[in-house]
Amino acid sequence: MASSVDALRQEMLAETGAATIDELFVQIPEAHRLGRPLELPGQLASEAALRRHLVELLGRNTSAEEVLSFLGAGCYRHHVPAICDEIVARQEWLTSVWGTSSSDFGRFQAWFEYASQLGELLDLDFVGLPVYSWGCAAGHALRMAARMTGRSTVLVPRALDPERKAVIANYCGNQHLERHLDVRSFAYRSEDGRLDLADLAGQLTEEVAAIYVENPNFFGVIEDQAQEVVEAAERAGAEVIAGVDPISLGVLAPPGELGIGLAVGTTQTLGVHMNGGGGAGGFIASRDEERYAREYPTLQVSISETTEPGERGFGISLFEQTSYGAREEGNDWTGNSVYMWAIANAAFMAAMGPRGFAEVGSSVLQRSHYAAAQVASVPGVSVRFPAGFFKEIVVDFAGTGRRVAEINGALRDRGIFGGLDLSPFYPELGESALYCITELHTQGDIDRLAATLREVTR
Amino acid sequence: MTTAPEREAVPSPGARAAAGAAGAMPAPRRYHAAVWNEPLIMELGRPGRRGVFAPAVEPGIGALAGDPGALVPAAARRKAPPALPELSEWEVLRHYLRLSQQTLGMMGVSLFGTCTMKYNPAVSEALSRLPEVREVHPLQAEETLQGLLEVVYGLDLALRELSGMQQFVFQPGGGADASYLQACITRAYHDAQGELSKRVEVITTIQAHPCNSATAAAAGFKVITLPLEEKGYPSLAALESALSDRTAALFVNNPDDMGIYNPEITDWVEAVHRAGGLCFYDHANFNGVMGKIRAAELGFDACMFMLHKTFGAPKGGGGPAVGAYGCSERLAPYLPGPVVVLEDGRFHITEPAGGVGRVREFIGNFPQILKAYAWVRAMGGEGIDEASDLSVLASNYMGARLRRVPGVTRSHPSISGPRMEMSRYSLETLTRETGVTAVDVQNRMTDFGIDAFWLSHEPWVVPEPFTPEVGETWPKEDIDEWLAVLEFVCREAYDDPETVRTAPHNQSVHRVDSAHLDDPGGWATTWRAYRAKHGRA
Repeated sequence: MASSVDALRQEMLAETGAATIDELFVQIPEAHRLGRPLELPGQLASEAALRRHLVELLGRNTSAEEVLSFLGAGCYRHHVPAICDEIVARQEWLTSVWGTSSSDFGRFQAWFEYASQLGELLDLDFVGLPVYSWGCAAGHALRMAARMTGRSTVLVPRALDPERKAVIANYCGNQHLERHLDVRSFAYRSEDGRLDLADLAGQLTEEVAAIYVENPNFFGVIEDQAQEVVEAAERAGAEVIAGVDPISLGVLAPPGELGIGLAVGTTQTLGVHMNGGGGAGGFIASRDEERYAREYPTLQVSISETTEPGERGFGISLFEQTSYGAREEGNDWTGNSVYMWAIANAAFMAAMGPRGFAEVGSSVLQRSHYAAAQVASVPGVSVRFPAGFFKEIVVDFAGTGRRVAEINGALRDRGIFGGLDLSPFYPELGESALYCITELHTQGDIDRLAATLREVTR
Repeated sequence: MTTAPEREAVPSPGARAAAGAAGAMPAPRRYHAAVWNEPLIMELGRPGRRGVFAPAVEPGIGALAGDPGALVPAAARRKAPPALPELSEWEVLRHYLRLSQQTLGMMGVSLFGTCTMKYNPAVSEALSRLPEVREVHPLQAEETLQGLLEVVYGLDLALRELSGMQQFVFQPGGGADASYLQACITRAYHDAQGELSKRVEVITTIQAHPCNSATAAAAGFKVITLPLEEKGYPSLAALESALSDRTAALFVNNPDDMGIYNPEITDWVEAVHRAGGLCFYDHANFNGVMGKIRAAELGFDACMFMLHKTFGAPKGGGGPAVGAYGCSERLAPYLPGPVVVLEDGRFHITEPAGGVGRVREFIGNFPQILKAYAWVRAMGGEGIDEASDLSVLASNYMGARLRRVPGVTRSHPSISGPRMEMSRYSLETLTRETGVTAVDVQNRMTDFGIDAFWLSHEPWVVPEPFTPEVGETWPKEDIDEWLAVLEFVCREAYDDPETVRTAPHNQSVHRVDSAHLDDPGGWATTWRAYRAKHGRA
């Protein structure tokens, strides 16, 4: 610590008028003081010792680079271009917090480019700065819809990531308190995994503020009934909120094109590593209409001008409706988020361009369909929803007589991380697992999975 | 283009440093931000140009899977490609490097109060880039995550020692998220007691961070906000008159942003507990009391530390961050999962059966947890204690100097004595005498390479506020440079107020016009919205 130098301590102390540093703590009553040294592990003052210790600890992790991983379920391994890592490592935005819109001009522009490019992918015009995660974005959006409509029931799919579902539950509150939202689930069709329109329609009462629909859904199934959902919602006076993984939007129809005015999703797939789940990030976007814009809990960066004629600047829009501006009167709350990842997202979208997104989307489609075919060729193994999916497939092991946990253990022994065991969450799917296939899985990887499954289920 | 007024002869860099070392006030630094006049990324590139390619699909896959377009139901196919820019990799990299150069970003001196600006060790950054961090999936089997779990557990133990709490979790994505977690746990706790329909009020103070009241309200509670009184904090009597059988919890910080420590805090906690409420300690201002006090021994049921502030993890301009949430044995059953435990020499993940589930997906921002763990190990107990000493020393050194700057006063001028690791000051006198505001001074200081100071959270209890915090990172030379620039600008406000009011003059751009950004016709959060509103194709 730079001011540890004794002479500097003395110089500073002299200016304060105190005789000792301890005198400066006079406000804290003696009875509040800890009165003993902290008992923490010994100091590792040298960088070499610290690094050695941590490299050893981290070595006890197995990374997806060492093995073949098929885990997805809300945290995905896509290629992160090296420039994304290079850009977010820049000290100017890594270590600092917040300057003025002039002194932080470059960061404001990068944020605006994040929102602008994401808006193109989504076909929506209004995009806020990111929130903590997809689940948090969904929670906020459901609450936005409740405020917009003055209603308090929300419909969410039964085919929903359990992690995201738990977050949404917290955002919707408790029945004993105000501003509580009643969360109800609509079914998926057991034959093809798509949302059950009849079940949805049956629950679509005048109490319903919003229908939350993901595409693809948690099972990887592509929903193709958006038009029907939008029409039903319009008749009932409810909002539709789309949940999307933007990496799919080179090939799948974006919310705007489908006539959906409010969308949420992950930002992790846009140039951010999995980071043990620490890559999570979420977005909220909508049509550029006041009824949506006035309900955002987030900060927004808007393009503007400066006092110099012709000079471009960026400022914050709708600050006063956030908790920073209005405390408990604001829309939900905001705070530190994942703003640095927004810069990685911006660089990623620019590096990909429209062709990159089309290419990666097509690649994921083809690879996941190839994987489905290979896996289904293993005796006793089937793919539960065998048509119309993107990136994730539900693999059903019923015919093998083995439990997913057992199969995953055997795969792990052979250097493969199998898919997420769905049996605790979806008992109706029996011994099934959610396998994720991205552009990073080669034909050899998929063939190896099929061969290993054949071996371990024999 | 407006330029900075001519200053007297510019001292050489060496002369500036020597003057600083000799204890003299250094002259403001010669500085100008980079100006690249860089277009938007959407204005760059050419159709057909490529940056990153996806791996080519093998013929075997293509043959079996067939045309990718046919794999998507017609109603779900994208019709028009997204209007993204088309650029080479180098153009993208260079563009964002230019933007980073147009961000002052702590390359100057950043004493941004309430955020505890500190050096984020490069070794931690390097470690966070290892594949064992980056390429790890949170749902992997425990035996493949032992390193991650040990880091989480090790930091949990360290924070327990710093707070006296029973268990920490790192799921919240920032301080506000930890406050929301507290609101969720408050709900769950009182619900389990069968009292939630009655206990619907959360009490906080006007000096607590806005997120405390906002998260309580979002969780469905009514918020009671106590005002400050003559001692600089709300009176115990005011708290007692707010307490009742409707009280669910108290959300409070201590010391507050003025650097005032509430010595009656243990009486507060006892009073809230007598009323049946929970007490949550927002430890945002922990840097001055590390190793000095412990939340549990003051009686609190839970507390929160910000790893991206106090514990050496970077802020990233607003995250990824971590609000580490710790609680007593009484509240531990309500924690969200996953919780890491050590049994038989192995680390395991558990889910508290009656817990609140999740406030965010997964275990937390692991790279930041790692960096905080590394910081704790690098500092050790003595180092952490010393960091508090230096923070409070530096804050009071700065305070003594600040009070000699024309136009500057300290919050609660009637309360003398030292303050904690930061305090809030006012430029009200300067504004009254010159018309120059705190925002003007903030902008003008950036003309000399000084990062913007923090003003104040809402509401502005102190008029024309600014809130510098030094922490343990910034040496006396940097504090002196900061003070010299502030003093220069304050004097300039009296001599040449127009120059200050129209600042900045040396930044990448001039002052941004934000007046119309709350109007539907004026805001444009995307380029496509801007073009639509301004009739550009």
